[in-house]
Amino acid sequence: MEKILLLLGVDAEGKLSKAGLEAVEQARRLACSLPGASWAVGLVGRDAQDAARQVANCGAGKFLAVTGDAFASPRYASDAAAAEALARRSEATLILAPADSRWMRALPGAAHRLGAAVDTHIAAVEVADGAVQVRRWYYRQRIEAQQTRRSRPWVLLMDAGNIEPWAGEAGETALEALPAEVAESWDRTKVVGVEAPETDEQTIRPDAGLLFVAGAGWTKKQPDGLSHLEEAAELILDFVRKTKCSLGSSKSLVELSSEGQAVLPFLTHLHQVGQTGSTPRHPKGLATCCHGEEPHVVGWRFIKERRAVNLDPNCGWAQGKADVLYVADAFAVMREVNRLLG
Amino acid sequence: MSNGYHIVVCAGIVPDPLQTLEPVTGPQGPALRNEMMLPAVLDPWAAHALYEAAHLARNAPGSKVWLVSLSPKAKLQQVMMTIAQKVPFELVALDGPASGFTDAGETAVALARAIQAIPGLDRSRLLVFGGWESASRGAGATLQMVGEILGITDQFQGVDALEIQSDGSFRILERIEGGVHQVSACAGPPAVLGWATGTLPEPPNQPQIGMQNMRAIMPALQGAQPAGLAGGKIEFLEVRIPSVRRETQVIKDLSPEEIAKEIVEWIKE
Ligand SMILES: Cc1cc2nc3c(=O)[nH]c(=O)nc-3n(C[C@H](O)[C@H](O)[C@H](O)COP(=O)(O)OP(=O)(O)OC[C@H]3O[C@@H](n4cnc5c(N)ncnc54)[C@H](O)[C@@H]3O)c2cc1C
Repeated sequence: MEKILLLLGVDAEGKLSKAGLEAVEQARRLACSLPGASWAVGLVGRDAQDAARQVANCGAGKFLAVTGDAFASPRYASDAAAAEALARRSEATLILAPADSRWMRALPGAAHRLGAAVDTHIAAVEVADGAVQVRRWYYRQRIEAQQTRRSRPWVLLMDAGNIEPWAGEAGETALEALPAEVAESWDRTKVVGVEAPETDEQTIRPDAGLLFVAGAGWTKKQPDGLSHLEEAAELILDFVRKTKCSLGSSKSLVELSSEGQAVLPFLTHLHQVGQTGSTPRHPKGLATCCHGEEPHVVGWRFIKERRAVNLDPNCGWAQGKADVLYVADAFAVMREVNRLLG
Repeated sequence: MSNGYHIVVCAGIVPDPLQTLEPVTGPQGPALRNEMMLPAVLDPWAAHALYEAAHLARNAPGSKVWLVSLSPKAKLQQVMMTIAQKVPFELVALDGPASGFTDAGETAVALARAIQAIPGLDRSRLLVFGGWESASRGAGATLQMVGEILGITDQFQGVDALEIQSDGSFRILERIEGGVHQVSACAGPPAVLGWATGTLPEPPNQPQIGMQNMRAIMPALQGAQPAGLAGGKIEFLEVRIPSVRRETQVIKDLSPEEIAKEIVEWIKE
């Protein structure tokens, strides 16, 4: 009989993230589909009372917590120790957590301490014939596998965006606080804050409905024999501001930007989508002046509706990678798009 | 730090991203069709880690860089022909599969064992580097386990910058949600850093460094021990290429005004 532990980090405001609430829903469904399974929520943060209230009615049989100042910020040593303590206390056979930066950093190491196997970036958890099966991607979203393991404990880190977040009513629940043994050595690392890259404004918005990708074509010589960097920058930023979309880029363009050339200064490596960049999740994506080469497009795996504007009718997007390719000058199109958006 | 760092970079090899990949079922479970024939590259994020390691070593006299790689040695040799020309390092080769379908835990045990066996490695000065995720398994789990086995509990993932402060401590930037960095202060080595892109461009090929490196790389490859992965930890039920091909509608004869109108309507849907 499986014993499930769902690990959740509590943020500085005492809240759970959207990815955390998605994991709650996943754990709830998993517990329901495994006969005889029990499940517990394990909270880690400075204070877990509010978070426990937030998910009091999710159906978990037990709410455990490791709290205190030492656990306020995401840090390997303290998070791994908290995860280990919660897993031992709950005697979990299946340890679930959102694959966010906090648990991706700390949980694989904690798994090793527990003698557990670990699989990360899980896209789906299912039960077939009483056995837990997971789906995940290999080779940067090019190959998809359905797989399982017999050994326990088994740690599963689940990617965000695959399931609706749990959205039940808040309530009251008993919270069992585990004694936290804080080691002095943890203070070798101190989290001092959060920093946005040196750009004027935040243009990466993971929750936006639209991803707008700018490719290196924006910097290339245009039919008049000149490049139009200033206008390109204006058109891109104007569109991003008007639509509140998330801005992405190709590798070629961010590399031009970071090699000190006077190109689009608001782009950093964090904007890069693709094989060696990010794989964001948005319902829609619009690519402009981007060729749509495979190493770029693997980063579009989780973009549902895709359109592209490119001068080249034979570019990558035309080869079954976009739903619609407009063969046109992106400068002219985006100028008009921005005008229509007002 | 007066006598520098001992930096061990863990880096696998992966198929060149421009290659088409097709899964097949082999005797040891899933594999890639013609895996041994596909041109390979050093795993991209781990390659960034290597360049960052070399840069750090250059600026901290007395430092040394090792590259630990678990991969089929014949393929690793091909990759070394270019990578050896980039920056100075000493290779520690483990002969075994470069496949993404192996277990991260098993791989970590093999890598940690190889690191423990490096002669003269000073654990108090040790920095274990690697990519924060491979382009094959893409788990982002191996380095943490290597660190645990080596007893290192100062660990960072998605690192874009490691800055040495005047007192020898580190300022480290890690990628977190929403396109921002978490900033940490760390007292110094030992530490584990899984790198994202970092800040350095790919170094140009330098044949002289290549020749120097290759003198030690060839014996390291010849003496590569089998990694001893038992396999069988993961049961694969299905491995497939998703149907990604879309019916692309190529629209050539609309004016920019008409296209803009369509796009705006689509965005607002
Ligand atoms: C190991 C490795 C990893 C990689 N990882 C990534 C990755 O993570 N992400 C990534 O993006 N790439 C990656 N690449 C690079 C990838 O192969 C391509 O080189 C890159 O994506 C090309 O960027 P681009 O399409 O912006 O530029 P280009 O290939 O230069 O294309 C520019 C496009 O702009 C169009 N254009 C020009 N002017 C206009 C105009 N006025 N209107 C409309 N269209 C116009 C042109 O027709 C052309 O299609 C990787 C490559 C390797 C080898």
